[in-house]
This record gives sequence, C-alpha cells and structure tokens, in this order.
Amino acid sequence: MEGAMQNEAKIRAESKTESGPRGPGCSLRHFACEQNLLSRPDGSASFLQGDTSVLAGVYGPAEVKVSKEIFNKATLEVILRPKTGLPGVAEKSRERLIRNTCEAVVLGALHPRTSITVVLQVVSDAGSLLACCLNAACMALVDAGVPMRALFCGVTCALDSGGTLMLDPTAKQEKEARAVLTFALDSVERKLLMSTTKGLYSDAELQQCLAAAQTASQHVFRFYRESLQRRYSKS
Amino acid sequence: MKETPLSNCERRFLLRAIEEKKRLDGRQTYDYRNIKITFGTDYGCCIVELGKTRVLGQVSCELVSPKLNRATEGILFFNLELSQMAAPAFEPGRQSDLLVKLNRLLERCLRNSKCIDTESLCVVAGEKVWQIRVDLHLLNHDGNIIDAASIAAIVALCHFRRPDVSVQGDEVTLYTPEERDPVPLSIHHMPICVSFAFFQQGTYLLVDPNEREERVMDGLLVIAMNKHREICTIQSSGGIMLLKDQVLRCSKIAGVKVMEITELIQKALENDQKVRKEGGKFGFAESIANQRITAFKMEKAPIDTSDVEEKAEEIISEAEPPSEVVSKPVLWTPGTAQIGEGIENSWGDLEDSEKEDDDEGGSDEAIILDSIKMDTGVGISNIGSQDAPIVLSDSEEEEMIILEPDKNPKKIRTQTISATQEKAPSKKSVKKRRKKRATN
Repeated sequence: MEGAMQNEAKIRAESKTESGPRGPGCSLRHFACEQNLLSRPDGSASFLQGDTSVLAGVYGPAEVKVSKEIFNKATLEVILRPKTGLPGVAEKSRERLIRNTCEAVVLGALHPRTSITVVLQVVSDAGSLLACCLNAACMALVDAGVPMRALFCGVTCALDSGGTLMLDPTAKQEKEARAVLTFALDSVERKLLMSTTKGLYSDAELQQCLAAAQTASQHVFRFYRESLQRRYSKS
Repeated sequence: MKETPLSNCERRFLLRAIEEKKRLDGRQTYDYRNIKITFGTDYGCCIVELGKTRVLGQVSCELVSPKLNRATEGILFFNLELSQMAAPAFEPGRQSDLLVKLNRLLERCLRNSKCIDTESLCVVAGEKVWQIRVDLHLLNHDGNIIDAASIAAIVALCHFRRPDVSVQGDEVTLYTPEERDPVPLSIHHMPICVSFAFFQQGTYLLVDPNEREERVMDGLLVIAMNKHREICTIQSSGGIMLLKDQVLRCSKIAGVKVMEITELIQKALENDQKVRKEGGKFGFAESIANQRITAFKMEKAPIDTSDVEEKAEEIISEAEPPSEVVSKPVLWTPGTAQIGEGIENSWGDLEDSEKEDDDEGGSDEAIILDSIKMDTGVGISNIGSQDAPIVLSDSEEEEMIILEPDKNPKKIRTQTISATQEKAPSKKSVKKRRKKRATN
C-alpha cells in the first residue's frame, strides 16, 4: 500500500517536472468585463485581459445604406480603431478576421435588409490583442441582444524558440515567440471558427496549440456565463 | 445610420423646461455633470467621463526633423476623432463640419495658448525635435464634446512621460524606460474649455449642455481659461448676438468652473502617481467598479495543458497521412524547373484508358489496342513513376520538347524509345515523337 502511494507520488512528481517548464506560461491573465457602459450604442462592452483592453460598441439591427443592403440577411460591419494614428492595413486585416468570425455565428437571416455594426476601440495593447477584440465583440453582441447560434471567444497561443507553449501571451512574450497562433472557437462544439498564425511551427504544434486553446476556451466561456449570470441576477 | 430627428413636442418640452429653469437631469443652470478621470497602464493614456460623454486620450511621441522656420521648437499635433461608436450618425473617415470645428478649437485652446513649452522638446536644433501627438477618441456622445476633449487632452499631456535623451557632441542617445526614468513634459498652464448654451436669443443660459439641450440651443459660447483666470480662447457660434454683460458674466462663471476642474485633475494625477510609486495596481482594470452588476472580474486562471500533447498526437495519428509529394523539382535547364508530372497519376487507369480511347477512336489500330489496353495502363503508370513524362495525347506535345539535351534528355529518349518499343501505345504519338526528334 505504502509502496503504491510512493509510486503514485513519484509519478506525480514526474508529471510535474514534465509540465514544469510550461507551467507558468499556461495560464490566462486576469479577465474583467463590463457591459452596457456606453449610452448611445445598442450594446457595448469593455473587455480586459491583463493590461490589454478593448472597448466594443454594437449598433443593430438598424437601418442600412441601400448600397450595402443584402436582401436575405443582415449586413455585418466591423470597424477597428487603433489607439494612435489612423487605421492601416493591419487593422483592415483584423477587421476582416473578426467579421468572418461574427458572420459565422450571427443569425443574420433573421434580420434581412438591416445592418449590424460592431465598432472596436483599442484602449491598450499588451499582447493577445486580436483575442481580446473577439471577446469584446462577443460580449457587446450579447449585450445588444443580436441573435447568435453560439457564443465565440478568441484565444492566443505563442510558441517560443524552445517549443514551449504559452497561452494568452503578453506583448513581450509575443515579440520573443517563434510563432503566434490565434483561434476563434464557438461555445457549443468548441469548433474552430477562425485561425490566424504568424511564424513557423509544425503540424503537431498546431494541433497542440488548438487543443490548448480549446481547454482555455472553457475558462473563457465559464467567465462569460458567470458575468452574464451576475448581470441578469436579481440582486 | 441617420440621426433620429427631434420631434416638435420634445423640442417644445425642452424649451419650456429651460424657461422654468429646470433641466431634464435635475441639474441647476450652472452645474457641471460629474467628471471622472481614469488612467491607463501606459503613460499618457486616460479616459475622461463627463456625465455620459466619454473621451479616450492618448499621447505619443516621435523624433522628427523640425519645421524649417521653427528650428528649435518641438511639434504638437492634435487629432480628435469622432468614432462611430459615439453616435450612429458619425461616419468613419469623413471630415464633418463639426469635427473640423472641434479640432480647430482644440488646437487654439492648447497649442496657440502656448501651454506646453515647445522649446524644451528640441533635441538638436534644426535636426531633431520631439513631435508630440495627442489622439482623442470620442467613445460616447452625450453633448459637450469640446469640454470633455479639452480635459482629456490636458490630462493626457500632464500624465505623459517621454523617453530621456542625452546629447554628447554629435551623438544622441535615447534611453529606454528601464535605463532612465522617462521625463514629463513641461507644462506652463492648463487651459480648459467651458461651454455655455444660449436659448431664446440669449435669454436663457446653461452651462455644460447635454446632447438634447445642444439640439435645441440657439448659440454656443466656448471660453478656454486657465486657473489664473486668463482667457486662452473664446468662440461664439450659432449666430446669436451677445451683450457685453453676458460675455463678462460667462467668463466669471468659467473662472469658477475652471478652478474646480483643475483641482480635480491635479488630485487625479497625484493619486495615480502615488499608486504607481507604491507599486500598487493601476490601469483601467482597477477603475471598473466592482459592485456594479454589469461588471465582472476573474483572477488569473491556470490552465492544465498536460494532455495537450497526447491529444495532438491522437488527432495526427487519426488523420489520413498526407499524400506523398515529390518535393524534388526536376531541373531541366538553368532557370526552369518542373514540379509534378513525375508523380504517379492519381486519376487511375480508367481515365488513362478512356483518354486512349478518345485518342484512338477513329484510328485503325483500335482493335489491336483494345487487346493490350490493360497492359498499356500499367506501362504508363510505371513509366510515369520515373521522371520521364510521356504524354499520350497529341494535342500540345510540342511543348514538351526538351530544348537542351544535357544528361537527362538522353535518358529520357532511351526511355521513350523503350516505352514505345515495348508497348507501342499508338502510332500517332510515336510518329509525333519521331517528328520531335527530327526537329531536335
């Protein structure tokens, strides 16, 4: 009996040393979210991941310009504004990624010939900006009451030169990383809605990052659930 | 999206209320809405809330060469943006009249009043000066944008720290925040805008109009003043005639308001500095009110990723192995390489034989070919696996001619010969090949 215990302890110690090097990297920074903080938009949310902060506002379903009207579904528009300077190519490409993600989950067919506008303002960038943008957009869409087939969240993984996996990297970690991968996952089946990557990685590493992102997404969705529960609680 | 118009009865109601010295939000005539100032984690970042109006300010700096006529002065740049988030009527990327007016007023208030010592921003005269850029984003529009923006701009400028620079001879060294503490800008005074709205041709006056009140006002007077009661800018718009007494009365009110706001700003700046010095928590995360029902926080969450590797392996082992791709390109001549063709045909034998049928449909040898068709198919795939392309169709065979026979072509030729001799797939293609050799 005692031997078995010892054995078990040994195994545990071993597994600890195995996961030791990537222990500190594999955690999500502290999250904070505030909904409905702006009076003009139909829905708004401010999402913080560590020091990264994004503010999102959603208008819609609302009147649409004739030139942008789609006869059988809502026109989804995403605007991302940088903190300094004018929006450039990087913002445009992120806008597109976010729009594609939103289009996959928003039930636009329920509101044909309308527009749904998501405006995102970067408040501070300290790494994992795209993931934070996605989370803010989702919370703002929820606040606006836009019908969606599932919620979505963004998770960023970074691989450093030693192959260590880090979740929710800071700006410094992102800079030093060999590869940075961002995934958008849906809440129902944890399926991949969007992925964008930068840098070099093997197919095994991609699958590892995806599996880690899926595990992390559970935490994010639990956070969504708890914050919404608090919001709609009576007290 | 268009702005929702204000209905006549709403307009009448608002004006009647103003006549009775009542405001919709319960304020008195000279009351300001609540002002809240919060700072971000990095220097020069703040959010100012004036009631529900919200402005994000961010200051950044850059080393640039100075303007030719001002060789020893740094450059100040202001940019107020009306984001669509603030109100649905604001269109992105459009310079509306309101935006131009606000930007100009802001420049007059802050740059032309010389509140920032631009000469201290000079590094090397005529070569390098600091350009200070103030970006202001309107996040929510509930009236009186200019007051909120001017407060945000001055607060961000006071909060900002630029990297330290040292000049030794010709060498300019820029220090990172780790090497040397960044230095604050030298600010002479803090001009703050105060807005007055006039109604009924100047009979009634309100301080800090909100969005509804702005819509029914006849004219607006903006006074920028510092705490020494010096007027920095004054602007009257909307086309109303004001009496001298009215302007004087407004300037007196502005003096009081500016004193209050300056005090508040200084308190906020001191608070932030104290927290930073003590190493406490700062940034926007700390400013979210915890008791609010719409806000929620989660502490740092560790995530168990020990099974990630196994999961990945599982997925990879389950997945179909990727098709073998010959990555070795065949180099025919310098500058031309070929990938593919040498790979085994994945379309299968059936297609090959069909193709042959098509090719040979009208020819006399159809019967003979039929008997050896199976053979041919195998033969083709065999040959195909080596890197000698044998194309049976006679359509564009000329393109396959190898123009520079070095080492490869010989081999290919022997192969083609052997292939044709062995199987003799079609007279036509053989003929073609002969022709090709002749051209060679």
